[in-house]
Amino acid sequence: MSDVHVENLVKTYDGGQVKAVNGISFAVEKGELFGLIGPDGAGKTSIFRMLTTLLLPDSGKATVTGLDIVHDYKEIRSHVGYMPGKFSLYQDLTVEENLSFFATIFNTTIEENYHLIKDIYIQIKPFKNRRAGKLSGGMKQKLALCCALIHKPSVLFLDEPTTGVDAVSRKEFWEMLKALKAQGITILVSTPYMDEATLCERIALIQSGSILSIDTPQNIIKQFPDKLYSVRSDNMIRLINDLRTMPEVTSVYSFGDHHHITLRDNNLDGLLQELTEKGHAAVDGKPIEPTVEDCFIALMKNANN
Amino acid sequence: MKQFLSFVRKEFYHVFRDKKTLLLLFGMPIAQILLFGFALTNEIKNSNIVICDYAKDVASQELTAKIEASNYFEIEKSLPNHRQIEKAFQSGKIKLAIIFPTNFGNDLWHGGKAQVQIIADASDPNTATTLTSYATQIIRDYEMSIRKTNAHNLQISAITRMIYNPELKGTTNFVPGVMALVLMLICVLMTSASIVREKENGTMEILLVSPFSPLLAVTAKAVPYFILSLVNLTVILLLSVFLLDMPIKGSILLLFFESSILILTALSLGLLISNSTNSQQAAMLISLMGLLLPVMIFTGFMFPLENMPRPLQLFSNLVPSKWYYIIVKNVMIKGLGLRSVWKETLILMGMATFLLILSIKKFKTRLS
Amino acid sequence: MTREIVIKTEHLTKRFGDFIATNAISFEVYAGEIFGFLGANGAGKTTAMKMLCGLLTPSSGSASIAGFDIYKQSEKIKKSIGYMSQKFSLYEDLTTLENISFFGGIYGLSDAQIKSKSEKLIGQLGLQNEMKKLVGELPLGWKQKLAFSVAVLHDPKIVFLDEPTGGVDPVTRRQFWDLIYDAAARGITVFVTTHYMDEAEYCDRISMMVDGVMKELDTPQNLKSKYNTTSMDDVFFELARGAKRKAD
Repeated sequence: MSDVHVENLVKTYDGGQVKAVNGISFAVEKGELFGLIGPDGAGKTSIFRMLTTLLLPDSGKATVTGLDIVHDYKEIRSHVGYMPGKFSLYQDLTVEENLSFFATIFNTTIEENYHLIKDIYIQIKPFKNRRAGKLSGGMKQKLALCCALIHKPSVLFLDEPTTGVDAVSRKEFWEMLKALKAQGITILVSTPYMDEATLCERIALIQSGSILSIDTPQNIIKQFPDKLYSVRSDNMIRLINDLRTMPEVTSVYSFGDHHHITLRDNNLDGLLQELTEKGHAAVDGKPIEPTVEDCFIALMKNANN
Repeated sequence: MKQFLSFVRKEFYHVFRDKKTLLLLFGMPIAQILLFGFALTNEIKNSNIVICDYAKDVASQELTAKIEASNYFEIEKSLPNHRQIEKAFQSGKIKLAIIFPTNFGNDLWHGGKAQVQIIADASDPNTATTLTSYATQIIRDYEMSIRKTNAHNLQISAITRMIYNPELKGTTNFVPGVMALVLMLICVLMTSASIVREKENGTMEILLVSPFSPLLAVTAKAVPYFILSLVNLTVILLLSVFLLDMPIKGSILLLFFESSILILTALSLGLLISNSTNSQQAAMLISLMGLLLPVMIFTGFMFPLENMPRPLQLFSNLVPSKWYYIIVKNVMIKGLGLRSVWKETLILMGMATFLLILSIKKFKTRLS
Repeated sequence: MTREIVIKTEHLTKRFGDFIATNAISFEVYAGEIFGFLGANGAGKTTAMKMLCGLLTPSSGSASIAGFDIYKQSEKIKKSIGYMSQKFSLYEDLTTLENISFFGGIYGLSDAQIKSKSEKLIGQLGLQNEMKKLVGELPLGWKQKLAFSVAVLHDPKIVFLDEPTGGVDPVTRRQFWDLIYDAAARGITVFVTTHYMDEAEYCDRISMMVDGVMKELDTPQNLKSKYNTTSMDDVFFELARGAKRKAD
């Protein structure tokens, strides 16, 4: 049976004027690492808050570890771990005080579940007498994760744990998640960073309160409707402007040092030649496998049309 | 229970690590007591008085000399006729007049009993009561000293008259007033701010998601402020006893019991405010604007309630600190027991219960 | 060809007590350049940026921004720069138009200038239907685009962008960069921080801060070949992994 089951969940604010979550359904299996991928304002936080019983849905149903999020909210609260998007620990308490406080609140002790947090806690232990407010971003995040884990939750909700965190710390954080998954904890994580999607087992791409697609990252990539090519030249800005005016180019988006394009007739050689004729130098192009970000853009366009 | 205690400990950490607020918490009552007390003692020393001596005998002059010798009084002048006393009072220069009747000495030595009249300007009731009690004390001392050398049953009775405000309406004592003000403010302000701070920090989300009962969390939050308020109360009482020489006449235990009820009322009010606000500033603003003013005005220690229009008097019944003030005045100054303040106590308890139930009912177990 | 230099720092240092947030950084930024300012959390980016915007006084070293001295002419500096961050950008309780005219007014534009500029801007962003809407009601992506346009409304010499695209959807993120290119084409220097490594590629030159020191400053192409890799990600990792301090 799935650990998290969501059916047609709807959440609006301001008396129905703002639709945050628009009839979303998905299921997360036990021990799965599931990602909600989408930009700010897509409804990720609202979904997490409903599943952690902090908000009541307008309509729809959801269960967490088989318990109903509306009626069994008290019980759910002892089974889930939650790390809100904003750093939510006591800044005026020390690392150790925070951890032992949350342990007691959840009716446990640091010792009891130390094995679960050991690998993470060991990294911040040298600073255990430092006030949480004085920690660096990466260390705060580790402490927050320890606090969310201390009661050995069966489901862990992490709301944008890597937002505003640099690439190195982000990588470290995902390593930690993998280790936790190995311990059998079901993990739901949300992120606006598309490149983190491939680190999840399954993902839901969400935008404006609706799910665009839900599958393994590999399958989502397979479902990309067109052939994708990357092209480059010596003047990337001129290149993108030219590509946009060419009728055979059906979409063009820049991806770092390349532009990703789809073509009406998939005639890449013809296009490259045309670009050279237009005066572009060092023109280069090749077919590539789409990234999740390419898929997201394509799905977004579909949804808008 | 362990959970609860650990929560309380955490709250104490918050309180003690926020040095500025802590200073404010303890500084405010001390400053207020000193301010009021200093203003008062200043006035009481070297007050100008007049003497109207119809007797002009040994006894009256001895007593006059004693009065003059004290630090409290400065004899502005001696008046030949008591009719001039009123004029002297109206000039505003004098606070007190002492009148010796024609046969003061005679009555004393031969009759064994004499009278002296003290007239005080009660438009400032505080000063008036204090000054008359000083004067009476000097007369009592003189009485004792002459008893030693003469017959033991000699008696001088002082007849006190208050003019301008004979019933001493709005007789105020600032100590109970400061107590009411401090307890109300600190409890409401601090609880509401500390709960709202958890919302601002986002820690409320984690607490709500934990199996720890949110209501218990709120109770735990109230504990440090409850204790701090009692400490504050003790400080105020100590200051008033040892610095201002204002003894506590009634039961200290009763005083603390009544104070606890007010604190409970205030804590519930703070909880209620925190439910409807999401920022510390808003909570502070509501507590200050919605509370400071009504408490100052309607408690009765700054402005006599009797002089207010009827609707305002009725409104003042809704202010918990008004009842507390009456209770404390009776217990602390008049030395009365629970028997004479049970009605006010019941009203205060009713308010506490009502607010507590309301705030618990309104408490949200979710974010919205 | 000598290019006009709009930012020039020499041994710019900021100490907080014993802590050296920014340690003697020296660099130059040219007019019309898109300059990427990268580094791990706590590398000293924010401190450096605050000094350059005239919000923090350096402990030592010198810098000139748009030709003005960072110590003595911070008021003049503020007039010739624009600033936009992810956190505080526009007033959510004012409408689109009100925000534009407010910020235009702050920078001393005349009413006529504000009027013509806001018309142009609204046309460019396609906000015709949102002119009178409160900014709080706009989607995040639009808000960010609007905030950027407002930051360059007074045609500053330099615009400082602090993580302008954090949390924005992938399409809007690219539209945002189109706006950056436009601004650069108009001669505005763009000084930008980001956590997206693909965005680092869009910069003319990027600098990498590590532990308060500027470790690298070059074009993305040169950096990649120097570190013998094809992705900026690897360059970043290679440099940031050696960082000792991670304080914010």
